Amino acid sequence: MTELAWIDAAISAARPRALAALLRYFRDLDIAEEAVQDACLKALSTWPKNGPPRDPEAWLIMVGRNVAIDATRRRRKQEPLPPEDAISDLEDAETALAERLDDAHYRDDILRLLFICCHPELPATQQIALALRVVSGLTVPEIARAFLVSESAMEQRITRAKRRVAEARVPFEAPGASERAERIAAVAAVIYLIFNEGYSASGGEMHVRAALCEEAIRLARLLLRFFPAEPEIMGLAALLMLQHARTPARLDADGAIVLLEDQDRGLWGRTMIAEGLALLDKAMRHRSPGPYQVQAAIAALHARATRPEDTDWAQIDALYATLEQMQPSPVITLNRAVAVSKARGAAAALDMIEPLAEQLGGYFYFFGVKGGLLLQLGRAEEARAAFDQAIARANTAAEAVHIRMQIDRLIRENDPARTGVGRDNSSEA
Amino acid sequence: MMYALLCYHSEDVVCSWSKEQDAAVIAKLAAVQEKLAKAGKLGPVVRLMPTTAATTLRKDREPPLVIDGPFAETKEQLLGFYLVDCASLDEALEIARDLGRANPGGAYEIRPVTSFEPGNTAA
Repeated sequence: MTELAWIDAAISAARPRALAALLRYFRDLDIAEEAVQDACLKALSTWPKNGPPRDPEAWLIMVGRNVAIDATRRRRKQEPLPPEDAISDLEDAETALAERLDDAHYRDDILRLLFICCHPELPATQQIALALRVVSGLTVPEIARAFLVSESAMEQRITRAKRRVAEARVPFEAPGASERAERIAAVAAVIYLIFNEGYSASGGEMHVRAALCEEAIRLARLLLRFFPAEPEIMGLAALLMLQHARTPARLDADGAIVLLEDQDRGLWGRTMIAEGLALLDKAMRHRSPGPYQVQAAIAALHARATRPEDTDWAQIDALYATLEQMQPSPVITLNRAVAVSKARGAAAALDMIEPLAEQLGGYFYFFGVKGGLLLQLGRAEEARAAFDQAIARANTAAEAVHIRMQIDRLIRENDPARTGVGRDNSSEA
Repeated sequence: MMYALLCYHSEDVVCSWSKEQDAAVIAKLAAVQEKLAKAGKLGPVVRLMPTTAATTLRKDREPPLVIDGPFAETKEQLLGFYLVDCASLDEALEIARDLGRANPGGAYEIRPVTSFEPGNTAA
């Protein structure tokens, strides 16, 4: 990793906690965000010269706090001082507030921040967008790509969410037990999306941002301790662990994508797989299936297959069919098509994805899968066209390189026997 | 006399170790364990999965109650443990119910094991 890439990774990893700490300190989302932003800029200019600090998180918090206090002082000088009694009242209120915020139930700044973002006054899409922006520090274009919407639409969505949070004075209240239960689904969705962003970055140089994945797993474990009897939270934690266990095998030494069927399964993290399987086992006892449990069950079938040819594709196809019923989405159908191509052949899979072209026309993975299926059917020219479209929509350098390799192979061999193009997880979202 | 050493630590801390940090701790422990093994003093060494993977069977009522999560009471004390090799959590719970019928009262916390070294004591 180059030094700049290291700094980028260190900032990404430290940012959520720094922001959460600064939000607790300033209790204002905009001030806290601006403070983190300024601190990150300072980090980018000083770390390359002076070397990275031993504790990037503490560095960002300290610098961010100082910058924001300076800015507040400058603003205050231009405003008249409030009357004396108002100031002392404020202090009392703040002490009580800080105590409530420090409530041991929350255990963790970031989890509390997540519950705040998932305020019921915000529509679900705004909750998730806000959390990705604030908690995970994703850029607006990255979030827009994750939601398959335009950047300007996402920018608007986030601005609106922030305004509502400010108007509702959301950051000042610590939700109680019943409110927490209501928000749990939204919080789970956000953790899932944070993981996905790390698992397959929607932009930038790095295709995998392991720090985001690890953060999501940490949050899922915390959530599970709040709600130890929720099968879907067990399913979520299991899913994230089973997916993340494959990380060491997903990229080769040059950072190129290695498809699931080509991965060295000896590199998979067996400890994490064992924990994921144990959690899934525990969840299934409840006989109350949900989307996370089903996805975890799919990941478990991959984890249990010692060799790619041992994979139970028919069962995976059936699980995707269940998932399609639970939450119909073209992306899930696309994933199912990969399982169908293994279980019932490429022609059946191609029929399945043709109707998705309109909805998924901007989606890299769609054209990658389509090219792969056409290649299997010996339709080399059409495959080539699909791959060209995939390249045009690649989000990371690794995705582009991966497709480029498929095209080169196509030209070199002109042989329809080799298959499998798409995201390296090639069968799940 | 056999002694059991029960390991306590903050799960938050241990679960947030990086793979390298974890491996470094395990390597240092392995050096100590090797010494004990050579002296024929080392019994089974077990590492448990986090408490989030735990299930508890309360056997102080009939039928016993299965609760997700670790054993949380403080009025009862740890008096012993079993290691059983099972295909699933359901099988482990069945064994726990069997044992519970023989000795009602209290609870069993069922925790999956992440690593197991059999050890080499004669006893």
